[in-house]
Amino acid sequence: MIRLAVNGRDVAVAGPPAARLADVLRDQLGLMGTKIGCDAGDCGACTVLLDGAQVCACLVPIAQAEGASITTVEGLAANGTLATLQVAFERHGAAQCGICTPGMLMAASALLAVDPHPSKHAVADALGGVLCRCTGYQKIVEAVLHAASDIGLSAPAAGVAVGAAMPRVDGTAKVTGAEVFGGDAGPPAALWLRAVRSPHWRATFHIGDLVGLHRRHPGLVRVLTARDVPGHNSFGIYPHIKDQPVLADGHVRFRGEAVAALVGDRATIAAIRDEDMPITWKPEDPLHDPAAALAEGAPLLHADRPGNVLTRGRVARGDLVAAFAGAHALAEVSVRTTFVEHAYIEPEAGWARRVGDRIEVAACTQTPYMDRDEVARVLGLAPEAVRIIPTGIGGGFGGKLDVAVQPLIAVAAWVLDRPVRCTFTRPESMAATTKRHPASITARAAVDTLGRLTGFDFHGDFNTGAYASWGPTVADRVPIHATGPYVVGAVRATSRAIYTNLTPAGAFRGFGVPQAAVAHEALMDDLAAKLGQDALEFRLENALRVGDPTATGQRLSHSCGLAACLEALRPRWRALRSEAERSNRADGAIRYGVGVGCMWYGCGNTSMSNPSTMRVGLARDGRLTLYSGAVDIGQGSNTVLVQIVADALGVAASAFTLVAGDTDRTADAGKTSASRQTFVSGRAAELAGRDLRAKLLRLANAGDDADLAIDGGTVRVRDHAGSRHVDLSGMTADANGDVLTGEGRFDPPTTKLDGDGQGSPYATYAFAAQLAAVAVDVKLGTVRVERMVAAHDVGRAINPMLVEGQIHGGIAQGLGFALMEEFVPGKTENLHDYLIPTFGDMPAIESILIEDREPLGPYGAKGIGEPALIATAPAILGAIHHATGVRVTELPALPHRLRAALKAAGWA
Amino acid sequence: MASYDRPRDLGAALARRAAGPCVVLAGGTDHYPARVGALRDEDILDIGAIPELRGIQAVGDSWRIGATTTWSQVATASLPPAFDGLKLAAREIGGVQIQNRGTIGGNLCNASPAADGVPALLALDASVELATLGDTRHLPLADFILGNRKTRLGADQLLTAIIVPRAGATARGTFLKLGSRRYLVISIAMVAAMIETGAGGTIATVRIAVGACSPVARRLPLLEAALAGRRLERGIGATVRPDHLAALAPIDDVRGTAAYRQEAACELVARALETLAA
Ligand SMILES: Cc1cc2nc3c(=O)[nH]c(=O)nc-3n(C[C@H](O)[C@H](O)[C@H](O)COP(=O)(O)OP(=O)(O)OC[C@H]3O[C@@H](n4cnc5c(N)ncnc54)[C@H](O)[C@@H]3O)c2cc1C
Ligand code: FES
Ligand code: FES
Repeated sequence: MIRLAVNGRDVAVAGPPAARLADVLRDQLGLMGTKIGCDAGDCGACTVLLDGAQVCACLVPIAQAEGASITTVEGLAANGTLATLQVAFERHGAAQCGICTPGMLMAASALLAVDPHPSKHAVADALGGVLCRCTGYQKIVEAVLHAASDIGLSAPAAGVAVGAAMPRVDGTAKVTGAEVFGGDAGPPAALWLRAVRSPHWRATFHIGDLVGLHRRHPGLVRVLTARDVPGHNSFGIYPHIKDQPVLADGHVRFRGEAVAALVGDRATIAAIRDEDMPITWKPEDPLHDPAAALAEGAPLLHADRPGNVLTRGRVARGDLVAAFAGAHALAEVSVRTTFVEHAYIEPEAGWARRVGDRIEVAACTQTPYMDRDEVARVLGLAPEAVRIIPTGIGGGFGGKLDVAVQPLIAVAAWVLDRPVRCTFTRPESMAATTKRHPASITARAAVDTLGRLTGFDFHGDFNTGAYASWGPTVADRVPIHATGPYVVGAVRATSRAIYTNLTPAGAFRGFGVPQAAVAHEALMDDLAAKLGQDALEFRLENALRVGDPTATGQRLSHSCGLAACLEALRPRWRALRSEAERSNRADGAIRYGVGVGCMWYGCGNTSMSNPSTMRVGLARDGRLTLYSGAVDIGQGSNTVLVQIVADALGVAASAFTLVAGDTDRTADAGKTSASRQTFVSGRAAELAGRDLRAKLLRLANAGDDADLAIDGGTVRVRDHAGSRHVDLSGMTADANGDVLTGEGRFDPPTTKLDGDGQGSPYATYAFAAQLAAVAVDVKLGTVRVERMVAAHDVGRAINPMLVEGQIHGGIAQGLGFALMEEFVPGKTENLHDYLIPTFGDMPAIESILIEDREPLGPYGAKGIGEPALIATAPAILGAIHHATGVRVTELPALPHRLRAALKAAGWA
Repeated sequence: MASYDRPRDLGAALARRAAGPCVVLAGGTDHYPARVGALRDEDILDIGAIPELRGIQAVGDSWRIGATTTWSQVATASLPPAFDGLKLAAREIGGVQIQNRGTIGGNLCNASPAADGVPALLALDASVELATLGDTRHLPLADFILGNRKTRLGADQLLTAIIVPRAGATARGTFLKLGSRRYLVISIAMVAAMIETGAGGTIATVRIAVGACSPVARRLPLLEAALAGRRLERGIGATVRPDHLAALAPIDDVRGTAAYRQEAACELVARALETLAA
């Protein structure tokens, strides 16, 4: 037994002395607040204090904690009272998904213990070993800086929740470590599952006799293979493209593909190495380069996809030939981008159990209803026989829009009739799950003598890897957005998604639009320069405005705030540009530059119905519940939806409890993607709130301007005619215990696109413009982003703090995309070779919120999730160009790439 | 069942080493990342509880840094300015969590080409103290590390200390690390330099080492020779010529190309010299 003190309590633990402290805290002591994101020291999520010093609990053998005093996140609150640091995290919106939060809090407490009033720099140094993928760090720094100021949390009064920067409704669990993520719980006596994965990019294989394996490993309960899948052994996002097997059937298409699933006790399945499996492999030459996959006679990845082309997209409008023939000036660009990893700090995890003829699957997901249908298909069940219970989700960004553990654990639990858990390791998560599509784009644009965009010609090839996933969505979305948010006379924009033997590319914040934005913004800079115009003014003159046609011929009737964004940036643009130019008058290796990037993004699914239904219930005792099928992946939809429904009903936001995501208890709200939850589910929540309000007013026979106050089982309704009571206590309750319910459904109006991609694919668009100020070290090719100014037209900021949080986090991902993130399949499958921005890489960010109301949206709101990231890389690349004259077109601009480009441009 | 020994004194640890093969575990920051997914069935000797292996002391005409001294201890120790490079390196190793556990001896024994401690210690002319039961010997650091993950450490040995000869009062050190991000980053290249000046500010002793540009970090004798006797003043960086770095043999990897590394190392060396001249 090893003795130690944990959160002030003496404990004795058994088990091997080499066991990781993190595992002992979680599995033996039940302290799940210590998170595991990598097991390799790279993410810091497991940070705890060991005798007051911050350490990665995943790197400390329990033997080295003998006699030590350990503090975990659970030890921060004293007798149930949150530490001021925890309150500050809530107040400042420093926790989004919350998976990094325990680690951040522990690193911060170590700092504050010795330095109660730290500088920004000291905070970054002390917390620099903890990664966050959601927040962009700025709000975490603010929270730590203000940890000493002991102000509590305040909640908005009835009727004024919308527009209030109120703390998250689900924030407390994130700062106490109580939030239950995918890997944090499971039924008692659950078996564990581990997938055996292909070491080859393309191969046929045969699994031999398993008797020997079972004999050597008595704890191995079952090895599942393709034959064991009871329903269809295939899944995929599109109903007509279910091309990915749950377990490969004799043939693998990428390295990392699951070929078998080991089910047994946890130690046993962890100890069996993939090499121990009796599998004979026959590797074949893989197709890695899209050009090779497209070549005449190339072997097909999928028999029904000739030429290895998954799908094509096309938008065409106007006379392109004439536009280019009559051009006053032209610009051209080719852009190449790489795979990008979501790098959410929580690897995929969950559990499943069979309950009679039904199956329950609890996992981290962005899309419970799609998971339900997918699991049903794989098990050969009706969708109603499947219950999906979303757990807390430690970051998604599109990566958890595909199933990962779900079909595997569902099959195992169903077949074995025992609960089964699975948690991916970090390398497994990175090798097996989807990425951002690498793009290869060529584009050119023409302007007339007046400086108006007359022609735009674009083609993008997207490497979709071995399986379709969201490839079609990318191929559809890109041509629509390819011109950027400008009025263009004639357009041709085409795309292809191409299969290769590489990691599947799927959904990642922006669905291909961030890649396309790099191209259109490079063209805008270039055209402005050719016309001798200011880059911001040129964009402003060509900006889409209300009434202008888009590339698909859609005319926006409202909420088209790009011009307002650019105008808001103008003073900062001028000041920062001249400051940079002034600094550059001095010699030196550091050159300064300022760039601008613009974006637009259609909120919701492309030309497809994507409804959301929200319900609100009032119980006999006056309790209000919002039943929301929308999954909050950290962006804050739980809070935003409560704010909206509260104002629509006319009561305080604090009156609500939330039931979120569970497919048995909520209605389908659609997936958390495409920046649609605030806009679509928000509108549904507004309608649900109004529906309940109308019912109450009717019962009280009151006018629409009445005030409601809920006091236990009595609702007081007061209008000009006086005050009345609605007594809930005598009413009959439904299965949820609610006596009155309101329901709202919203499906944003869109139209199908014709063969030329003409139509109205989205009901509304978000717009933004961002400035980046950079310092380039021309001798080393390194870039420091010093400042970002981001102006976003969000329609209406339901919660400005959460909107800012999205902007900060989006900028961090955009910065990573521009400068450092490159997933090399087979090589960078961990968080030390795959780099995401740390505390020290983030610039100061100024956010400017433009509110050009969208009448369809709740209180005028539209989306922000993806828009936050799209303009960032173009702004940074434009700034590098301003600083050095070099246009980076191969992303990311790693130091060696940028230095090579600088040399080619004549820099010594 | 695998064994796990955590002796309190060096003698016992060396006896365990002598008794048969075992995996040495110090701070664990290289050990555990190599075991993601499953721990191995292996016999472990944990040297973390041995007081005589920890801490920094002046002993005669040298400094003795115990093998299990952590990077945080190195960073906060009170040491002469010759050690400034080593201290800067200490602050750049991982994040604070890694610095609080990772040890200087582990960094050397792990022998990664990108180990930040190695160039910093080469610039200090460090040697390693290797002990077996009944024998202690010293080896210049450059002779101890043989290649990528290869050292001269015998199966019955422990690295017990790093020995740094005392430098003159004018000795100053520095360290520059180049990576693609600010914290938690494996070096693309790094440079350590130590200069001692003599009468009239001329360079009396100079040692410059570059890491991550060859299987083992290397000193730059050609450059050191070219610098000896010059005045240490602004502009000294211009002395550096690409052929002074001919001994390096960088490779292409996900962090950078060989050509870039070679060139960046040259620039970093020049900057390190300028820092020392400033
Ligand atoms: C997230 C992260 C970031 C990192 N960043 C950096 C970085 O920026 N720069 C850098 O250089 N390193 C970095 N490292 C690597 C590591 O932290 C250092 O190399 C550290 O100094 C290793 O020391 P340790 O005590 O933890 O080694 P351990 O993991 O305990 O041991 C490392 C190896 O050395 C052997 N060993 C250790 N001590 C002895 C001894 N006294 N005698 C004989 N054999 C011994 C062990 O058997 C093992 O093979 C990082 C690691 C992580 C996890
Ligand atoms: S889990 Fe320990 S650092 Fe990532
Ligand atoms: S809030 Fe930091 S990773 Fe999600």
